[in-house]
Amino acid sequence: MATITASPPRLGLPGLLKNRAVQKLLLLALAAVILVPLANARWASGAWPSGLTVDLSEPLAKTSDWIIDNRDSHPLFLYFFGHVSNVVVIAVRAVYLTLLAIGWAGVTALGALVAWRVAGVRLALGTAAAFLACGLLGMWVPTMQTLALMVAAVLASVVVGMLLGLASGLSDRMDRVLRPVLDTMQVLPAFAYLLPVVLVFGIGVPAAVLATVVYAAPPMARLTSLGLRGADKEVLEAVESLGSTARQRLLTARIPLARKELLLGLNQTIMMALSMAVIAAVIGAGGLGDRVYQALASVDVGAALAAGIPIVLLAVVLDRVTAAAGERLGADPEPRSGLGWLYVLAGVVAVAVAGRLVGRLDWPDPWVVGIAEPVNRAVDWMTAHLYSGVPVIGGTADWAGHFTTWVLDPMRDGLQGLPWWSVLLIVAALAWVIGTWRTALTAVLAMAAIGVLGVWKPSLDTLSQVLAAVAVTLVVGFAVGIAAARSDRLERALRPVLDVFQTMPQFVYLIPVVALFGVGRAPAVAAAIVYALPAVVRITTQGLRQVDPAAMEASGSLGATSWQQLKQVQLPLARPALLLAVNQGLVLVLAVVVIGGLVGGGALGYDVVFGLAQGDLATGLVAGAAIVCLGLMLDRVTQPTERRAKKGA
Amino acid sequence: MRVRTTAIAAAVSSLALLTGCGAADMTKQASPFANAQGAKTVTLSVQSWVGAQSNVAVAQYLLEHELGYRVDTVQVDEVPAWDALSQGRVDALLEDWGHPEQEQRYVKDKKTIAPAGELGVTGHIGWFVPTYLAKQHPDITNWKNLNKYADLFRTPESGSKGQLMDGSPSYVTNDKALVKNLKLDYQVVFAGSEAAQITQMKQFAKEKKPFLTYWYSPQWLFKKVPMTEVKLPAYKEGCDADPEKVACAYPHTPLQKYLNTDFAKNGGKAAAFLKKFKWTTGDQNEVSLLIADKKMTPEDAAKKWVDSHKSTWKKWLP
Repeated sequence: MATITASPPRLGLPGLLKNRAVQKLLLLALAAVILVPLANARWASGAWPSGLTVDLSEPLAKTSDWIIDNRDSHPLFLYFFGHVSNVVVIAVRAVYLTLLAIGWAGVTALGALVAWRVAGVRLALGTAAAFLACGLLGMWVPTMQTLALMVAAVLASVVVGMLLGLASGLSDRMDRVLRPVLDTMQVLPAFAYLLPVVLVFGIGVPAAVLATVVYAAPPMARLTSLGLRGADKEVLEAVESLGSTARQRLLTARIPLARKELLLGLNQTIMMALSMAVIAAVIGAGGLGDRVYQALASVDVGAALAAGIPIVLLAVVLDRVTAAAGERLGADPEPRSGLGWLYVLAGVVAVAVAGRLVGRLDWPDPWVVGIAEPVNRAVDWMTAHLYSGVPVIGGTADWAGHFTTWVLDPMRDGLQGLPWWSVLLIVAALAWVIGTWRTALTAVLAMAAIGVLGVWKPSLDTLSQVLAAVAVTLVVGFAVGIAAARSDRLERALRPVLDVFQTMPQFVYLIPVVALFGVGRAPAVAAAIVYALPAVVRITTQGLRQVDPAAMEASGSLGATSWQQLKQVQLPLARPALLLAVNQGLVLVLAVVVIGGLVGGGALGYDVVFGLAQGDLATGLVAGAAIVCLGLMLDRVTQPTERRAKKGA
Repeated sequence: MRVRTTAIAAAVSSLALLTGCGAADMTKQASPFANAQGAKTVTLSVQSWVGAQSNVAVAQYLLEHELGYRVDTVQVDEVPAWDALSQGRVDALLEDWGHPEQEQRYVKDKKTIAPAGELGVTGHIGWFVPTYLAKQHPDITNWKNLNKYADLFRTPESGSKGQLMDGSPSYVTNDKALVKNLKLDYQVVFAGSEAAQITQMKQFAKEKKPFLTYWYSPQWLFKKVPMTEVKLPAYKEGCDADPEKVACAYPHTPLQKYLNTDFAKNGGKAAAFLKKFKWTTGDQNEVSLLIADKKMTPEDAAKKWVDSHKSTWKKWLP
């Protein structure tokens, strides 16, 4: 591994050897020739040598015992964590009681009026409809619980994220320190840190809110930093020339200029927090997530869907409203009138008081529409007719079987059969050819860390599933994305579908996936594809649509057919977007590895779930760390040179 | 550095101010959703299997309708539930399948959890094949013959070996060691969740396909998919002491209830009721089947059972 740190030599060789990629590969080959025999002699090849592993189970078990024994008496808990926990409980409770006091009509009015002020009439109507739908599904109280949790978690994430963002936006050194921290926070599967959080805070709302903050703060931090760094130099100079202090500059110029990024950060944070709502239910967060989770226990897809739909509705409404607010910010700096907000307040108070007078604060029971039964019947029909014995094409179970035997098995066995040093070499070669020696070094170290942690074999199993899922996702995603880029109507039709798949809690489709594909790695791959596909389709469509229309017209006037246009103009020009799609596909697929563990995917995903269920910090955390390393490696391997090069060494 | 220490000091003191000064007892925090409308609340933990849901549903129904409590339920696996119980986050765990390590730590050493007697249901874990298969091959129900039939149980997931399907990671299982120590030509495939395992079993049963699975009783699924237990080498006290060397069947476990110690002392009628709560396997299955198969809400299922078993639950009321 030492070789990779060597910089590429400037050899005056002719022809092919001038090609940088070839130079890099030759150098790597040279290193391999020297190092591999050494490594082979010392540790016989095959799976990762046991001499190079570190067993963390002992210290981790001790840590967990220490926490349990001292949780009720140690000052750290009494005077710090205890208070943190209390603040969270008080905040969530305050919001929850307020929502209950306003009543369902008041909350609906509040949502609609706020949406009207920041985003216009159409979204106001949509918001009202969404809230009413939550009530109709019989989910009013759980929706309010989730909302209370979200308010607390999003506020905390925004504060934490902005502080981190300020630090990294104002200081280059902090930026360098924080970047890997934020990377890790995002790639670490939420399941892996649920356990440590639960150990410290116990089951319940405080742990859930804090786990959500870990997950949802990074986008806020990144976008805050981006906004501060992107502030217009000229404006800043002008402000400086007026003799303002650094703090004044920050408050009066830099932060207001970064308004748009801050709002986008808020939007992203809300989305991430909502997607944690269900996962947090595993540690007793209550609310909608808990309903989904409990429905899963009795294999009741209909009930899970009834609780999942409000989550989707909340996500779509909050996304559209915050996005619209962001666009308005840029469009017209409308004169701020406090009057409008006064109307909002008056309207909500009026409706809430009216609701209280009529005695209709709780959602009336007769107004609940049961959707569970028809949904379950539909799922039963689907699985009964598609699972097997479909003429000619075969049933879904057959497909899953073939996919396992013909794709997953050879890939897993192939990866696990490779000598460990050759895996490192392949990673190094891929990362170096696509990126710089730095990215290659990170990728190799991440891969080596997996070996050191002692989870080499399960990690390669997981890797094979991830690669297979990404491959399918990309093929389907690119095809759909290209089609959507060429037809406005298709894009419009796809939009709500993509919204639903992106925000629907993964627990909801766990059972249908098993009912169609059986237990094993195939359903795990299917779940990952469902989750990652929308993002890939979106990025592809957007990338293709942003290709310069002039280039398209020029090629059209030269008589290129539509296919030629796509192949020779659009796709090459959209290359950065397509690469981003690959990168996002990988990250998202990796994010559902744990969900895959719940349907028989085994390997790292199962270990993480096992750790949580058995309170086994060693198994859970180590597997979680291995997933992070895999994520880091895959990210570096797919990160093109341009992006890195710009940041500069 | 000075700035940072002042900031930390400020943060800590403002936290303290917000929540009242002094030490914050981590064991004295209820859910923010509890007692929302000024009612007395009991928090019950629910485990992910339906039998546990049934216990809780009936207890909840009676606490609410007969004793005037408000009940919150929290879904957690058994081991985290012990931890939550010790901290007072939940008041009761109604169905425990035996966790000696946790019992030692929380009941005997820390005394934060108090035993609350037996649930009345005896649990048993074992290996099962569907009864239609056992009828075709009567000798399949002895472990000694399993290797002969390994081919029958092959799936894409288990490769060239037979598949032994295991379930949720929260279950007590020695299956990997058993397969190895009994020299069976089988591969343990973890379904990863009970929901996935049940879904797969139903699919197999619909097509009358052979399968071999880790399963447990009492369980409502037996009513839908009749299954026969495969005989493993008999269980003897202590034969499962070393998890690596296990080569015997699983024991029959009388399931236990546990309460938070404070709640057991000061929980009034609710605590007294939960201590007396004791029903039979048949009762539990009746409710479970209504929930899982008839897709009734746990509340409706509990109501149905309560309405028709008055003499049973009258005895539990304090």
